[in-house]
Amino acid sequence: MESSFNSEDNTLCVSITEDIDHHTTEKIRRKMDYEITRFMPRKVMFDFSKVSFMDSAGIGLLIGRYKLIKLLGGNAEIINTNKSIEKVLEMSGIVKIIPIQKKKEIS
Amino acid sequence: MKSRYDNEMELHFLSKSSNEAFARITVAAFAAQLDPTIEELADIKTAVSEAVTNSIIHGYENTEGIVKLKATLLDNVVEIEVSDNGKGIEDVELARKPLYTTKGNLERSGMGFTIMESFMDEVEIQSVVEIGTKVTMRKKIKKEVENEEGEELEETELTQENTLMNS
Ligand SMILES: Nc1ncnc2c1ncn2[C@@H]1O[C@H](COP(=O)(O)OP(=O)(O)OP(=O)(O)O)[C@@H](O)[C@H]1O
Ligand SMILES: [Mg+2]
Repeated sequence: MESSFNSEDNTLCVSITEDIDHHTTEKIRRKMDYEITRFMPRKVMFDFSKVSFMDSAGIGLLIGRYKLIKLLGGNAEIINTNKSIEKVLEMSGIVKIIPIQKKKEIS
Repeated sequence: MKSRYDNEMELHFLSKSSNEAFARITVAAFAAQLDPTIEELADIKTAVSEAVTNSIIHGYENTEGIVKLKATLLDNVVEIEVSDNGKGIEDVELARKPLYTTKGNLERSGMGFTIMESFMDEVEIQSVVEIGTKVTMRKKIKKEVENEEGEELEETELTQENTLMNS
């Protein structure tokens, strides 16, 4: 996982760099929580450009992080998902609270 | 005469979470023989990952056990069986329901069976408490172009190579 914080617009961009399943979520979760509590961002962007696979473990991961972000007064969105990850996200209904932003934002 | 494609494989592995990726990648490579689309392969991978993860975290609850995985190709249908000798499911109908989970505290979303059901054509769950659980899933690989039998075989072999190289 790689992340960058833009203090101008108070946005944390979190790029996940591996497949997301039960095996990998624990490590990703710890790193994300560290960055989120450190910066308390107004907005978190989850960048999926380096993720080729995600199963339901990713849904639990995102919902958990969303709760933390919300608690700290921010919101979240998802960018650069492939088709099959989008399918998993849409089926779970999570896109209603963390929308998928179709166009990549240039920062 | 109808040419019938037929193949089978079986895998036994320890209930370690590192085997989740191993299992889904292996099944995808095996199912590639049926010349599925990228999307069909992704569906199969996701369904296998769900079933195998369930055996590991619910069936064996992170104790050590053996997960069995069997995949069969028959004509253009892939059948996948994932089984464990774990703790079993008390109420299968309830377990199938979207958002139902017994491990919400561990950030499970309860979407595993729902994903299996929508990504595969059929999902059967057999489970006996204290004996174990077996999930059987089937998916028909839909050929985009229906060819004459002779031609189809050649084309299948060619594109199969491409699919493997691209994956
Ligand atoms: N192999 C199994 N052995 C014992 N119990 C199981 C097994 N598979 C599923 N279950 C039970 O069925 C429930 C629902 O499973 P499902 O995969 O839909 O959700 P989950 O695993 O709890 O969450 P998610 O898959 O979204 O991370 C589980 O919470 C568990 O109680
Ligand atoms: Mg599950």
